[in-house]
Amino acid sequence: MRLLNYLKFNKPTSANIAKERLQIIISHERSRRNNTELLALMQQELLEVIAKYLNMNTSAISEQVKVELERRGDSSVLELNITLPDEELALTNS
Amino acid sequence: MARIIVVTSGKGGVGKTTTSAAIGTGLALRGFKTVIIDFDVGLRNLDLIMGCERRVVFDFVNLINDEAKLQQALIRDKRVENLYILPASQTRDKDALTEEGVARVLDELAKDFEYIICDSPAGIERGALMALYFADEAIIVTNPEVSSVRDSDRILGILASKSKRAEENLPPIKQHLLLTRYSPTRVSRGEMLSLADVEDILSVPLLGVIPESQAVLKASNSGVPVIMDSESDAGQAYGDAVARLLGEEHPFRFINLQKNGLLKRIFGSKSKEELPV
Repeated sequence: MRLLNYLKFNKPTSANIAKERLQIIISHERSRRNNTELLALMQQELLEVIAKYLNMNTSAISEQVKVELERRGDSSVLELNITLPDEELALTNS
Repeated sequence: MARIIVVTSGKGGVGKTTTSAAIGTGLALRGFKTVIIDFDVGLRNLDLIMGCERRVVFDFVNLINDEAKLQQALIRDKRVENLYILPASQTRDKDALTEEGVARVLDELAKDFEYIICDSPAGIERGALMALYFADEAIIVTNPEVSSVRDSDRILGILASKSKRAEENLPPIKQHLLLTRYSPTRVSRGEMLSLADVEDILSVPLLGVIPESQAVLKASNSGVPVIMDSESDAGQAYGDAVARLLGEEHPFRFINLQKNGLLKRIFGSKSKEELPV
């Protein structure tokens, strides 16, 4: 049956098209899902590290540290922006 | 220990309530004390599918608000022993489902029941999140159709991140795929995603395949869970799914074209039916 269809029409069936479209969109959505989870974890750990060395309270720190993932063409760019406090950078482990 | 099983899908109209009714009834027919809870607050329908719509007095939200006792709200099925239904409220909205309230009702039910089936509403909002939050197992109901498969994948993500088991780092919710409205004829013509395609995309173990069947509408018309129509293909397919849920192995039925139709299909009419869409 499939062979007959193949010989007769020689083009993908609508089910083939559906499968291909689903595979593309779902893998895209899954990777975005995983990225946001990973980013949240990474952001949390980065905050902990920064809080360890800079004298900032943790509530202020979450506003001063921004982690963002951007897609540029074929590659992804991870951007980390840390706004240091105006005062002298009091190192806590003095 | 009660097992809490959520029947969910993301997309509406794929057969969640039909499945909840069938699986719950099937478990009770096997002798397990079972309750089916309707989480679709505001749009209750499990009562209609189960044929007990005229016996609803109190509901799930009354229990959460301590306005009724469990015994008052539970509706005992008149046909099947060990089977109870907890209807949703028709007048409230989904915010009535608080996490503490749902937890309390489930705890109380767990003392008495072996299986708690949570019939989730469509969507990914409060009602759906509450239905899956406390689950031990999930039955993901999917039609072989693009939007249903995509929404099912979304729900898989939510099960893995927003459930109690996920939040508390407990062993993950056991997932089962239930493919409904399956038409082997259309699959063979290349007009419908095949069983293998959907399994491939979602990679969730298959619990059952329910064929597109006239028995489903007939059953809902009369308020009898389709599994009780044991003559029908859909009823038998749900029976197999219940057996697999209990750990039995059964070959999948109703997934291939009838063999005696083979010659007809090759040499039969070259009408519009043969054309892939």
